[in-house]
Amino acid sequence: MTDCKSLILELADKYGRERASLLPILQGVVERNNYLSDTCMTDIANELDLSAAQVYGTATFYSFLDTQPRGEYVIRVCKTITCDMHGKKTIVQTLEDMLKIKIGETTPNKKFTLLETNCLGWCHEGPAMLINDTPYSGLTTEKVHDIISEFIKK
Amino acid sequence: MSHQTLKRVDLIFGEYSNEKYKILATTLARTNDDILKDLLDSGLRGRGGAGFPTAMKWRFTAETPSDEKFVVCNADEGEPGTFKDREILLRVPRKVFSGMAICGKVIGAKKGYMYLRGEYKFMVPELQKELEIYHEHMRQLNHDFSIEIRMGSGAYICGEESALFESMEGGRGEPRNKPPYPTTSGFMKKPTVINNVETFVNVLMIMRLGADQYKKLGTTDSRGSKVFSVSGDTPIPGIYELELGMPLDRFVDEFGDGDTKAVQVGGASGFCVPRKKFKDTVIGFEGVPTGGSMMIFNSSRSMYNVLHNYLEFFEEESCGQCTPCRVGCQQLLKGIVAVKKGEKKAVYLDQLMKLSESMKITAKCGLGQSVANSFSSIVNNFKEEMIY
Ligand SMILES: Cc1cc2nc3c(=O)[nH]c(=O)nc-3n(C[C@H](O)[C@H](O)[C@H](O)COP(=O)(O)O)c2cc1C
Ligand code: SF4
Ligand code: FES
Repeated sequence: MTDCKSLILELADKYGRERASLLPILQGVVERNNYLSDTCMTDIANELDLSAAQVYGTATFYSFLDTQPRGEYVIRVCKTITCDMHGKKTIVQTLEDMLKIKIGETTPNKKFTLLETNCLGWCHEGPAMLINDTPYSGLTTEKVHDIISEFIKK
Repeated sequence: MSHQTLKRVDLIFGEYSNEKYKILATTLARTNDDILKDLLDSGLRGRGGAGFPTAMKWRFTAETPSDEKFVVCNADEGEPGTFKDREILLRVPRKVFSGMAICGKVIGAKKGYMYLRGEYKFMVPELQKELEIYHEHMRQLNHDFSIEIRMGSGAYICGEESALFESMEGGRGEPRNKPPYPTTSGFMKKPTVINNVETFVNVLMIMRLGADQYKKLGTTDSRGSKVFSVSGDTPIPGIYELELGMPLDRFVDEFGDGDTKAVQVGGASGFCVPRKKFKDTVIGFEGVPTGGSMMIFNSSRSMYNVLHNYLEFFEEESCGQCTPCRVGCQQLLKGIVAVKKGEKKAVYLDQLMKLSESMKITAKCGLGQSVANSFSSIVNNFKEEMIY
């Protein structure tokens, strides 16, 4: 995990210190540190000359801007209708069994977080999921086994 | 069973012209009035769902005096069952950038943004590479219009234009009151044209073909072709470019699995059409409009589960800003569960229907206003499934 203060400086230099720079900066922190801590949000507020409430208010609006600690790999399984019809429940079950956690939880070694999300735009190839930014579609139990086994090795 | 296949169109995904950014170059040399006239003649209407005439939107923005104006490409594509903008951006990004640059010229903007949903972040490196090529060509053409990508972060409501501006400005994605419309007050409260990805591509194709040629596709009310995202119970899910104005029964003939019970046209915020109405339903602005989402359900599916899934979606994605939508979505969801469990009598559905109708009038934005579309079309057509 990168030190928050130096990361924020780096991101603010890149994206600017306007209010409109807030979202790219929040996204940049999540990309590097997996989540936004309270201190980090306060630091961003100071750097951009905003109130902490403004930063917090914006951050908590977005489902991908996590404000709780997350694992290194965040898995988001689509739960919208077409994926649901095509076996999303089995996929979630497989992931829960492999990672020994439930939806919403993070593995004790902080490596994986398992979440559900809404339509990912791969409905024609559902069920689908994201692992961090990478989409995986056409999921089957075997495919999930293969994908997750690779990540476990990493 | 033999049936005529629907004509495939190859406009949006058709090959680039031989010379890179050729049509853009020739179009930039034309007068704004000329370009707008072509757009008006073409009958092009927005492809993001609402179907506003594109030429009017551009003209209003062009006519608003301001020191600064913006062009925004809406690539938030969050409507369940829609995945065509991703495909367009992966396959023909240059057509999208060209359309945006033409818009910039017509309205007098020097800066364009593409708001891409967070779920599509994996595409950014590829798009950035294409943008470099684009910017290089603009330098050669000596025309000042740059394009920057901004990312969403997992909020469906940010596809709504004013919520999108709020998000780009660094705030919560909460829709604004309208008026004022983006044509006078959009991003940074400046006059802004916001169009869907596919709309910008259509603009370029009209510049390439001319309005007359373009108009040959589709019907009087729905000109041109449309990229459809087909999913659900179909042997051939995927992306198809078809003419607008097709009857739904022919669509089902071709894409259904022989046992189609209903088609949800236009995503969770669209309409559910049951089998008995396939024949009389036209896909287009004169009938049931769609941003491209076509979800097919066969007789093994419970329409109660479908509605339950949609309502969960709306309840989660409602920005919570206005009461009719925030509370309405929760109550509709609770209500159908209670009826299904037998805790409420079947007539309670009528009350829920009234609630959804009042949301249509009182909700602040299109999200809350359109919940009634799927709610009443599913409950009315599949009442038994809601109860038993
Ligand atoms: C809840 C909601 C979500 C929307 N999502 C999108 C979207 O993802 N993409 C899009 O192009 N338009 C979306 N729209 C429509 C936009 O507000 C806007 O009308 C559209 O971008 C205009 O472009 P067009 O005229 O080219 O269709 C959404 C509207 C609402 C109410
Ligand atoms: S209708 Fe719903 S999404 Fe739209 S402003 Fe109201 S609460 Fe927000
Ligand atoms: S329904 Fe799962 S990706 Fe669209």
